[in-house]
Amino acid sequence: MREALDPWPFVIGAYALGIGATLALALWSWLAMRRAERRREEARAR
Amino acid sequence: MFPSASLPRLSARQGCSNAALPQIMHAFANPARFLRIARPLTPVLLLSGMAITAAALVYGLFYAPAEQLQGETVRILFIHVPTAWLGMAGWSAIAVASLVELVWRHPLAALAARGSAVPGAVFAALCLASGSLWGRPAWGTWWVWDGRLTSMLVLLFLYLGYIALAGAVQREGGSNRIPAIFGLVGAINIPIIHYSVIWWNSLHQPPSLGWGGSSMAGPFLWGLLASSLGFTLIFAGVVLARMRALLADIQAEARLRRRAMEA
Repeated sequence: MREALDPWPFVIGAYALGIGATLALALWSWLAMRRAERRREEARAR
Repeated sequence: MFPSASLPRLSARQGCSNAALPQIMHAFANPARFLRIARPLTPVLLLSGMAITAAALVYGLFYAPAEQLQGETVRILFIHVPTAWLGMAGWSAIAVASLVELVWRHPLAALAARGSAVPGAVFAALCLASGSLWGRPAWGTWWVWDGRLTSMLVLLFLYLGYIALAGAVQREGGSNRIPAIFGLVGAINIPIIHYSVIWWNSLHQPPSLGWGGSSMAGPFLWGLLASSLGFTLIFAGVVLARMRALLADIQAEARLRRRAMEA
């Protein structure tokens, strides 16, 4: 008979992945937006 | 604020119909008006979404009770269910925006579709990864080729194809109608994902949450709804940020091209 797996490493892995990827997505999209808007202002100022 | 000459496509197609829906849609077609709304809304959506998500996940990880059959692995559902919902909602948004682009040629519809693609792909990937992490202790396997999992994987591939196609169209100066058609055709996968657990035998459980009610116990249901709301607000904030970035790119390109032609 197989022993049941300890669920906690899977729970913590799912939370770490979910929180990490969501924060990275939000940060990346915010920085990309700021960079693009700065580029537009520079193009307008030239 | 935004010279119309730099956005020829964004200003030339307004007022194409007297019907109420297109009139309401085209009221928000002006990029300057869109930015007036999007600028304050983007940080509000992101920050409120993060606060609600953090509270829901702390509850899910530390305070929600273990479930009778699933035990502690039920906590993964506080991540898995919102990401599954947003993976499908992202493509639904692409499909609706594509329809608006094709039928009414709304100036911001293509941006809305493209803005939904990356967050939709990330959440579809998170859904697959968190489902796999749930499946190993609950089912004894990381993956099975059943209808629900396979159709969700197809959705991720559709996202990747859409992102590549829309990027190529923007780079090569092609028509926005090409990714819009792809977005509409790909929407056929959304009902397949939803009904897969009903149509075919599956290890995946049938839907426990719907418009008609829920079979979930209160402590899980409310935590799950809060988590879904939080992730949805983050998703909306990211879509707005992506749309602002794409709009700024188009405007900067148009300005630089005009300068080059004048020189």
